[in-house]
Amino acid sequence: MTEITHYSQTWAHRTPKARLFLWAGWAALVALFVWCWQLMTANTIWAFVWDAPRQAADIGSRMMPPRLSYLPELLVPLWDTLNIATLGTIAGVIMAVPVAFLAARNTTPSARILRPIALFIIVASRSINSLIWALLLVAIIGPGILAGIVAIALRSIGFVGKLLYEAIEETDARQIEAVEATGASATQVLSYGIVPQIMPAFWGISVFRWDINIRESTILGLVGAGGIGLKLQASLNVLAWPQVTVILLLILGTVVVSEWVSAKVRRAII
Amino acid sequence: MSDQSYPTTWRRPPQIVTNRRWRLALQIGILVYLVLAVGSIEVDWERVSIGLERGQRFVMGFLQPDFTSRWGDIYRGLIESLTMTLTSTVVGVLISVPIGIGAASNLAPAWIYYICRSIIAVSRALQEIIIAIFLVAMFGFGPFAGFLTLSFATIGFLAKLLADDIEEIDEAQAEAVRATGASWWQLVNYAVQPQVMPRLIGLSLYRLDINFRESAVIGIVGAGGIGATLNTAIDRYEYDSAGAILLIIIGIVMVAEYGSSYLRKFLQ
Amino acid sequence: MLKLEGLSKTYKTGDAALSDVTLEIPKGQIVGLIGPSGAGKSTLIRCINRLVEPTGGKVLLGDVDLARLGKAELRRQRRRIGMIFQEYALVERLTVMENVLSGRLGYVSFWRSFLRRYPPRDVQEAFRLLDRVGLMHQADKRADALSGGQRQRVGIARALAQEPELLLVDEPTASLDPKTSRQIMRLLTEICAERNLPAIVNIHDVPLAQQFMERIVGLRAGRVVFDGPPSELSETVLTTIYGEEDWNAMRKGDEEQSAAEADARDRMAALAK
Repeated sequence: MTEITHYSQTWAHRTPKARLFLWAGWAALVALFVWCWQLMTANTIWAFVWDAPRQAADIGSRMMPPRLSYLPELLVPLWDTLNIATLGTIAGVIMAVPVAFLAARNTTPSARILRPIALFIIVASRSINSLIWALLLVAIIGPGILAGIVAIALRSIGFVGKLLYEAIEETDARQIEAVEATGASATQVLSYGIVPQIMPAFWGISVFRWDINIRESTILGLVGAGGIGLKLQASLNVLAWPQVTVILLLILGTVVVSEWVSAKVRRAII
Repeated sequence: MSDQSYPTTWRRPPQIVTNRRWRLALQIGILVYLVLAVGSIEVDWERVSIGLERGQRFVMGFLQPDFTSRWGDIYRGLIESLTMTLTSTVVGVLISVPIGIGAASNLAPAWIYYICRSIIAVSRALQEIIIAIFLVAMFGFGPFAGFLTLSFATIGFLAKLLADDIEEIDEAQAEAVRATGASWWQLVNYAVQPQVMPRLIGLSLYRLDINFRESAVIGIVGAGGIGATLNTAIDRYEYDSAGAILLIIIGIVMVAEYGSSYLRKFLQ
Repeated sequence: MLKLEGLSKTYKTGDAALSDVTLEIPKGQIVGLIGPSGAGKSTLIRCINRLVEPTGGKVLLGDVDLARLGKAELRRQRRRIGMIFQEYALVERLTVMENVLSGRLGYVSFWRSFLRRYPPRDVQEAFRLLDRVGLMHQADKRADALSGGQRQRVGIARALAQEPELLLVDEPTASLDPKTSRQIMRLLTEICAERNLPAIVNIHDVPLAQQFMERIVGLRAGRVVFDGPPSELSETVLTTIYGEEDWNAMRKGDEEQSAAEADARDRMAALAK
């Protein structure tokens, strides 16, 4: 080894080249932002924007006081919302399990054909929000709870499938090897080596998705897919702002309760 | 010992609910709920059978998407969505950083902590769609309302995760920096920033992806973007155009996902 | 009983983990496999039950060549070979009993195993084995609730539940303390003697191998460089197996450890006085 004979007078965190790259990157981001801003606001009517605070105050004053007598009418839609979320989650999870096993590198029967298909199903389901699924399904099978349930289920496949296949890929290979060594068949290896390892993840993911689905199912009614969102849409259409307040408070309450339940259940499982 | 002394049957003991009565009550409860819930679904089979034909047309539209006949609308919607996504993510991240620092109990005084945490709570509790409805009512139709919606939602998401991250930083490193007599700003710069920065970048990229997906939705209530185009296409029963739009959305999400994982690797 | 003829394994990366290993193990003999890490010990025993696919040679168990079997037949033959793993490799979230019964998977149908409805004889045998390894009262506990030594005992019971004709043992004591290691090795040798079982034991701890094994096979870079009784395991032999530098470092480490142990013993004795 050669001795270090001189010390640089200035000390820098990065090499000059890396710094140049970094600055260029930031500059490009700023330029991109400005360009995007220009494009986006090209058709914005600024008079409306400057008028917004007055509009906000106007809406705010109309929303108060909430019309609490409207509450009893909301109970049945709320029950529908819960059913959409719960049944949709169950159906979604049931469909997601085989997809996850096809998508996981260590369990997929064919990495060339079935795995890419499973991954595409997952991406397609994840990319499309449940509201868009609902929009489509209402057009296809008509308005109602069923469209909501199917929309929630279709959106859940991707979420549950992705997290579950990652959990399957993270299983301990030694435990699986040990089960294989006993002469177990492929299905037995699945049920003794892999399933017990992913069970906590499975329940955690399902409950987590149920919690998200409660939130999402509250608004599906906006496009006609049943639940409390229908009432929201109806109230907005007739500008019944005091009713809107009641509905929003009820949605908030439901979301808080479902979050609490899901956190409780997840803690009990893990 | 003789053979007879060992039991010949064994049952797996219940793992979660160990009390027999509770288990039974739980099982019956679940069953009753399922019966009631499934019973509450009202299906108009006539309507469904008419719909199946439409469903078939939609699947066909998805398999043979029509990119050309509505390309002008699709292009405009896409530009709105993409610009909205980028600007709202940048603005959202810029606002999230101070709020995230303010919501970290180990850095901020109590009153700032409570203010920042309540901003986060409000942003997280409200659905993007509901926020969009109000912002459209205030700011008028168009991507500007969408931009505000997504920025606001980004704050709730990023500031929370950032604050939780800062609260979990290695206290030993912060202690070491504090011991040199560093000021609060120096502490943030030397002890907090290096530990949190990689995750902040990762989360921002992830949020970019989410914002794009959300931008496709809020158009339904009038906040601009590709969602508005999609809504129109479905309203007009133009399933081949709708299929094209959905495929574009899926494609962009896929590109964003691969791109962001590549970018994250590159930055580390 | 077990005969390896010219067994070779070359990984896809081009590394030859085993080259031309020929060994014969008669019934009831317990063989210690020693060698530096990377010598191919683990690959060798995994080639026997084909958790690793050998690239050449024969693995004769009785008169069946395991290296040539199709999938279904391989599964049937794996039942004849019990395996005990480094760090136990129990299914952590299943109960002790399920882990032991999993040794019967090769014998029962999928539905029986899925519903945990094993034949009475299997359950009885599983209890007998648990009793034998001293864990009769832990049957309903989850495997991750047990200590290291107890888990390895469950691992042994699982392997024996297969009613194997051969035991493959991969570093059984790698994550156990010295005292528990000795207990586990004693249990293993006792069981092999009771059932007249042949066994191949991968072991990195040379003194432990010398104490418990009837025969030692030394592996270096995938080749057998020593095969004989432990008494012939001289300094020169160990140097050829481990290489000069490694062996000296290992011996020094052992000496330091035994010196430290002796020191601790002396101090304990002094305290007791």
